[in-house]
Amino acid sequence: MEKIKKIADKIRKRVLEHTIKNNGGYLSQACSSAEIFASLYGGLMNLNPIKEPLVPKPFMGVPSPNNKNYLPGYYFNGEHTRTSDRFILSPTHYSLVLYAALIETGRMAENALDDFNKDGSSVEMIGAEHSPGMEVMTGSLGQGLSQAIGMALGRRLKGETGKIWVFMSDGEFQIGMTWEAFQFMRHYKLDNIIIYVDVNKQQCDGNINSVMQLGDLSDKLNSFGAKGITINGHNIDEIWNAAKQEHKEKPLVVLCNTDPCCGISELKTNAGKLHYIRFKNETEKQRYLEELKKLEDELKKE
Amino acid sequence: MQKLSYVHNKNLKEFAKDKKDILVLTADLTSSCEADYFKSAYPDRFISCGIAEQNMMSVAGGLAREGFIPFVHTFAVFIYRRAYDQLAMSIAYPNLPVKIFGFLPGITTPGGATHQAIEDIAIMRALPNMTVLEVGDATEVETVLDIAYSIQGPVYIRMLRGEILRLFDKNEPLKLDTPRILSDGKDILIISSGICTEEVIRAVNALKNTGLSIAHIHISTLKPFKNNIIKNFLNKPKYGIITVENHTIIGGLGTIIAEKLVEYNINKKLIKLGLQDTFAHGAGKHYLMKEYGFDAISVINNIEILTGSKFNIKKEYLEKIEIEPMHSLAKPEAL
Repeated sequence: MEKIKKIADKIRKRVLEHTIKNNGGYLSQACSSAEIFASLYGGLMNLNPIKEPLVPKPFMGVPSPNNKNYLPGYYFNGEHTRTSDRFILSPTHYSLVLYAALIETGRMAENALDDFNKDGSSVEMIGAEHSPGMEVMTGSLGQGLSQAIGMALGRRLKGETGKIWVFMSDGEFQIGMTWEAFQFMRHYKLDNIIIYVDVNKQQCDGNINSVMQLGDLSDKLNSFGAKGITINGHNIDEIWNAAKQEHKEKPLVVLCNTDPCCGISELKTNAGKLHYIRFKNETEKQRYLEELKKLEDELKKE
Repeated sequence: MQKLSYVHNKNLKEFAKDKKDILVLTADLTSSCEADYFKSAYPDRFISCGIAEQNMMSVAGGLAREGFIPFVHTFAVFIYRRAYDQLAMSIAYPNLPVKIFGFLPGITTPGGATHQAIEDIAIMRALPNMTVLEVGDATEVETVLDIAYSIQGPVYIRMLRGEILRLFDKNEPLKLDTPRILSDGKDILIISSGICTEEVIRAVNALKNTGLSIAHIHISTLKPFKNNIIKNFLNKPKYGIITVENHTIIGGLGTIIAEKLVEYNINKKLIKLGLQDTFAHGAGKHYLMKEYGFDAISVINNIEILTGSKFNIKKEYLEKIEIEPMHSLAKPEAL
């Protein structure tokens, strides 16, 4: 668990570094989900190993009948086998967190973020199917889960034992299609899907409760026939134990209550505007540099 | 005149028999989309999705990624109006082999505007990676599956159900991007698709003894449209060209032909019959085709406009015309 904590801290540090360098970034997403990504890529998921950290390929064109060079980004998740798991990142506004997790778990080269949001690179800001770690085309919110269901049902039909892990944001539970998906999973008794939700209570327009309230998500999920449990999303033991919960004939949904400012308290000054952090002036940037120094010092202690 | 029923229902069951990768997905319209014979025969390969088209589309994408060939069946309107983002991002973008069967094209249903797919071709044609097919008779309903199944990507099929005429010889299957040349002529060129082809056949038959020389071409592949067969025909007609489609005249067959005329630098008068940028309403197929001006009589009226002649053909006469299955005039080597 110490190892996982260290990965989480390094994810936070790397995303903060990157945000400072680029004068902006999806920083709060890293703060809320660092422990979840660290756990998933740190051993919760059964992914095949990678021989050495991979360097992302440049953008190779979109899929088409004429594009023979096309390759989705799942090669970072190891070889696809009948027993290996799959990872679906539904809200690709978390791409930077995924990239950081790939680097910190030795799947992607250290300097890969130099290509982030650069023209002609596959390391896109809001990742697409060809971006590192991506299995399918997501980012249009709500579509990740249903695609995952198709894969889960397909794998069950083929008799494969590997699971599908889905990362979702709480905002996606405002979408009607999400509930169509839960209805479907219950009907087909799909239990080879595990969903981790970053319940950071934030969305693009601000705090979820001010935009569109979700009500009791756990109640809603359980009444839709899923196994919904709520945990502290920064507690690594709870994240790991949740995955062991029995969920026969139904999907497991782990609602991770998180703090979008966790580990970087300076973010609290941006309350209500956490979706994308952009520094207003040099003094603000300085304060984040101090936060970075704090994180670095802590990592040295570990 | 041979009239057949449950053509797709029987054919799908037979076609999918030994193709275990085919799964059929429906959204509470199984028998309405003639997928119930498949459902009874292969229940393990049938996936009922309920009235939840958005989820169904993305699930189909996920299944295709695992090596299956999902055959999605529902009314066309619910495919491209209700679940377009899912269709675009979960299926078309990754170029996945999902075959989408859209029923009730244009005014083929008395269900009114909510059920009538009048702009589907325009939308599906604009979607990268998508192949767009439309069937016009029983032979095409029977043979469209071979084409759809063989294409390594998404295919949208504008499908027919219920009682369907056999207009084309049973041994002349639908071929990708291959127009059917039903008659050749130098005065007028008529290009039709789907259920409109029957109307045009009636009109052309009625004008047989007038001395007018009419070329008639049936189109079943709306995308890709790269064949060179059509070019020579576009060049020929003395008076002009008429397109007839069961769709809005914006973005469908008429637009394709207009694009081709400009592409080939051919200067001909073009009349586009179909829904003239309007929604329709709930009524019978023949009533609506007449009301919106794309039935056999309307075709004749427009030929009269182009040629400046009067033919005095009566509606009753048109209805009595017996239609026998036709052969395409095009020789295989010319294709």
